[in-house]
Amino acid sequence: MAATLDRIAKIVSERLGVDEAEVKPEATFKEDLGADSLDVVELVMELEDEFDLEISDEDAEKIATVGDVITYIDNQK
Amino acid sequence: MQFEGQNALITGASRGIGREIAIHLAKNGANVAINYAGSEERALETAKECESYGVKAITVQANVADGKDVQDMVKVVLAEFGSLEILVNNAGITKDGLVMRMKEEDFESVIDINLKGVFNCSKAVTRQMMKQRYGRIINISSVVGVLGNAGQANYVASKAGVLGLTKSLARELANRNIHVNAVAPGFIETDMTDALSDEVKEAMLGQIPLGKLGSASDVAQVVTFLAGEGAGYMTGQTLHVDGGMVM
Repeated sequence: MAATLDRIAKIVSERLGVDEAEVKPEATFKEDLGADSLDVVELVMELEDEFDLEISDEDAEKIATVGDVITYIDNQK
Repeated sequence: MQFEGQNALITGASRGIGREIAIHLAKNGANVAINYAGSEERALETAKECESYGVKAITVQANVADGKDVQDMVKVVLAEFGSLEILVNNAGITKDGLVMRMKEEDFESVIDINLKGVFNCSKAVTRQMMKQRYGRIINISSVVGVLGNAGQANYVASKAGVLGLTKSLARELANRNIHVNAVAPGFIETDMTDALSDEVKEAMLGQIPLGKLGSASDVAQVVTFLAGEGAGYMTGQTLHVDGGMVM
C-alpha cells in the first residue's frame, strides 16, 4: 500500500505541480489537488502506463480521491 | 521547412482534396500517413508523390466509421512515426437524394463516415497529442454545412455536425495546446463534383461571387496554414474557401 502511494504521489505531483506530501489518501483530485477534468483523464492514462493496467471509463469516473486509486490498483493485483 | 520533423495523418487522402492536402503538407516537410478506405493503388500513388519531396510517406487502410479500425490505424502511424502533430479529417462520402426518397441507411452511412469518422479519428489521436502538449486537428466541412442544400440532407447534416464537433473539441483541448479548426470548401473540382450534371454545375457557378470553381489546391493551402505556426492563435474557427459564397 505504501509503495503504491509513493508511486502515485510521484506521478501526481509531477502532473499537477503539487508537493508529494500533499498527495495523501484522503486528498481529492479536483478540490484538494486542483485538477481539472482533463487532468484526471491524463492522470488515469499515466497511471495505466505506470501500473501496466487498464482502467475502464466507468471505473475512472468513480475515482475522486488518491485513496480511491490506491484501492483500485491494489485490488487489481 | 515549416513542418520539418512533424508527422501528419490525412484521412481519405488517396484522391481529391485529401490527396492535395497530403502533397502540400509533404511539400512543406511533414511526414505523411495517407489513409484510404478502398483505393489502395491511388493511395500508393499519392504516397509516391509525397515521397518525391523527401519526406516519409505511408499508406494506412481504415474505415473511419469503425472506431476499432481507427484505433489500429493510429497505432500503426505512431509505431512508424513516433509522434503525431497534425490530423486532417477529410474522408467523406455523398449519397444524395431528396429527404422524401432518402433511405435510412443512406442517411446513416453518410453520418457514420463524415461525422462519426471525425469523432473516431480525433478521439484516437487525442491521447498522443495531450501527452505531446501539441496538436493541430483540421476538419473538412463544407459550404453546404453552413447554407444547407436541397437533395443533400444527410451530407449537410454531417458537415454541419462537423462544425459543432470542431468547436467542442477546440474548447476541450485548448489548454493542452491542441488547436482544432475547420475548413468549409465550396464547389471544388474533384471526382465528387465531376459527377454532377452540367446543368447543376451552371447553377452552382451562378452562386459563386468569384465566378469559378475552386481547386483542391485552394483548399490544401488553407489547411496548410491552419496546420502551421501562422494559425498559432486560432482555434474553434471555420475558414470558408468558397469563392465568397458565405459572407
